[in-house]
Amino acid sequence: MIDNLITALGAEFVQLSLTPILIGILAAIACALPGNFLLLRRQALIGDAISHVVLPGIVAAFLVTGSITAVPMMLGAGGAAIVAVVMIEIVKRLGRVEPGAAMGLVFTTLFAVGVLFLEITDTSSVHLDVQHALLGNLESLIWFDAEGWGSLFDPEALATLPPQLPRLAIVLVGIGLFIFLFWKELKISTFDAAFAGAIGIRTRALGFALVVATAVAAVAAFDAVGSIIVIAMFVCPPASARLMTNQLGRQVGWSVVFATISAVLGYVFAGYGPGWFGSPYAVSAAGMIATVSGVILLLTCLFGPQRKRTGQRAEA
Amino acid sequence: MSFIDYFISALFLQAGYNSALVAVGAGLLGLSAGSAGAFIFLRKRALVSDAISHATLPGVGLAFIIMVAFGSDGRWLPGLILGSAISSAIGLLMVEWITRKTRLTEDAAIGAVLSVFFGLGIVLLTVIQSMSSGRQAGLENFLLGSTAGMLISEATTIAIAGALAAAFVFLLRRPMTLVAFDPEYAATTGVNVRNIDLAMMGLALIVTVIGLKIVGLILIVALLIIPPVAARFWTNQVGKMIGIAALVGGLSGYIGAVLSAAEASLPTGPIIVLVAFGFFLISALFSPLRGGLASALRHQRFQRRVHRRQGLLSLARREPIYDGLTIRILRRAGMIRADGVATARGRIAAEKAARDEARWAMARRMLPDDSAIERYDGLTPIERMMTPDQIAEIDRMIQSAQNTAGAKA
Repeated sequence: MIDNLITALGAEFVQLSLTPILIGILAAIACALPGNFLLLRRQALIGDAISHVVLPGIVAAFLVTGSITAVPMMLGAGGAAIVAVVMIEIVKRLGRVEPGAAMGLVFTTLFAVGVLFLEITDTSSVHLDVQHALLGNLESLIWFDAEGWGSLFDPEALATLPPQLPRLAIVLVGIGLFIFLFWKELKISTFDAAFAGAIGIRTRALGFALVVATAVAAVAAFDAVGSIIVIAMFVCPPASARLMTNQLGRQVGWSVVFATISAVLGYVFAGYGPGWFGSPYAVSAAGMIATVSGVILLLTCLFGPQRKRTGQRAEA
Repeated sequence: MSFIDYFISALFLQAGYNSALVAVGAGLLGLSAGSAGAFIFLRKRALVSDAISHATLPGVGLAFIIMVAFGSDGRWLPGLILGSAISSAIGLLMVEWITRKTRLTEDAAIGAVLSVFFGLGIVLLTVIQSMSSGRQAGLENFLLGSTAGMLISEATTIAIAGALAAAFVFLLRRPMTLVAFDPEYAATTGVNVRNIDLAMMGLALIVTVIGLKIVGLILIVALLIIPPVAARFWTNQVGKMIGIAALVGGLSGYIGAVLSAAEASLPTGPIIVLVAFGFFLISALFSPLRGGLASALRHQRFQRRVHRRQGLLSLARREPIYDGLTIRILRRAGMIRADGVATARGRIAAEKAARDEARWAMARRMLPDDSAIERYDGLTPIERMMTPDQIAEIDRMIQSAQNTAGAKA
């Protein structure tokens, strides 16, 4: 048993599984953090919309620059997210329609544009397709030059880490700082926007900043893990956390815990789970991480200590 | 044959039986999607259909696996449709259950269900890819839709199901309208709101599962959302709106299917969505009721009237006019000369405007509660709102007010 564990966590683990797991965790937390506020502001589906429009942004960036390097991709995706938010606002005002319908109209249209561009231009030379956009390629983010745990202290090996790992780490730190610095403002404007405005908090600017943070998280995570995880992590861990506690601080804490559990268990189940059933193939890690987060949500829906609305009877 | 030739012949169903059937099927699908979507849109639950459509994927995967386990090749469309219907029904009930039983709001429930079911579906797809018989399954086509290589039996299935869904909408239109507009009132008249809501979403579900093959599960929600939004620009009446939404949906499906048949490399789903978006753009810009162009024209006309009126009042008070637009408007109407001095026409019009303003001011003092006063916009001549008798009375009052003022002085 112990031997098994040691082999399981040996050199091969560092090379093949450590970086994907770390990237999964970072992506999950980066999405779950702003997700907490989106959830409480009833904007949970902004994450859904943004992760759909990342595709046309990336395709547009590819069409302009002709390569799939990280910086233009991120810029294109970020630009598309901003275009989408502006378009949603225009459709909402012009058509006087509810936000949900405006959102659905915009993100499906932009996604369709992205798919169409992908199909009519020749992207076969590069690794860019709809499947990749949806599923990401978490499993392929391995650390070639790692020879064991010692590589963690070897600068040469560290230099060959998949670039997604440091990028996500930076994004996570940025989002964490944003939430830490504006904690009070975010909290007040989330729970009582009118009061926040009255005491001089610029609620609109703050709301926009939150959407930008969401977009940054979505774009950074998307590159590594695909859009399924992004949508799932925006919603599921914060929703589960919401059912655990009535305090915002604790809710954010719980959401980080749930996001981490989802990423680790999801990756392990996807990579090693089929083997327990005698199948040599692995299944999609991105899909499995989303599934695990759903199972956690289901459990908290059934047993979470704060799952009821206040005032709702126990047997409602 | 060139693309245009083919497109035109396909548009009139001259491009072969199979593509004609696909086009008609897509048209019927769009028709039922547009009309069902109209109710969901009015009920303000457009994005619930997004959860429904994403929740079909695990059902497709499981149905395939089960059918393969029973020895078939797993691609039998009715079986896949049944599987997707079951799993999306579970997804829909989960959204309902989460919203009703926990403190989470509907949008959170939608986001959770769509991402988790989709994730599970992707896991199943990777399982299928590792199965020996699953390699050529082509289930990825359910993500974005494809009419290439569609069997006639499949097209017929879709066409019949689309027609059935449209008939369902027609049968349930009254209770669904009632619930969409005023659920409380509907409940007091004995309509079971929850069942009607479920029926509405059930319709979305039917549209989704029959649309999987053509439009694909990621974009089918567009066919439920965009036609009603476009239709809303043209009318304020429910019946008409549903009709227009059905028309927009039907045309989008039909034209989109024809376009993608004419150019095989174009995926069907995105094309249909973009055609629908084209209809939305046309509606948003050119509808006479709420379109952007019409509102802009209305706004401009109003602005000109205000400037003209204010300019004339300044002329009457012999004040100089500085505002560029006001000067241009008065110049063009021949009311002032280039040096800003009023022409004969301008003096008459200015006098009339001043008299009108004075009459209105007196009318407001005499009849503060009159409905004409409440509707007054500061521009309408008083003759259009009041009878000659009333105006004569107002003039008498103005006269006597001036007399008393004169007497005091």
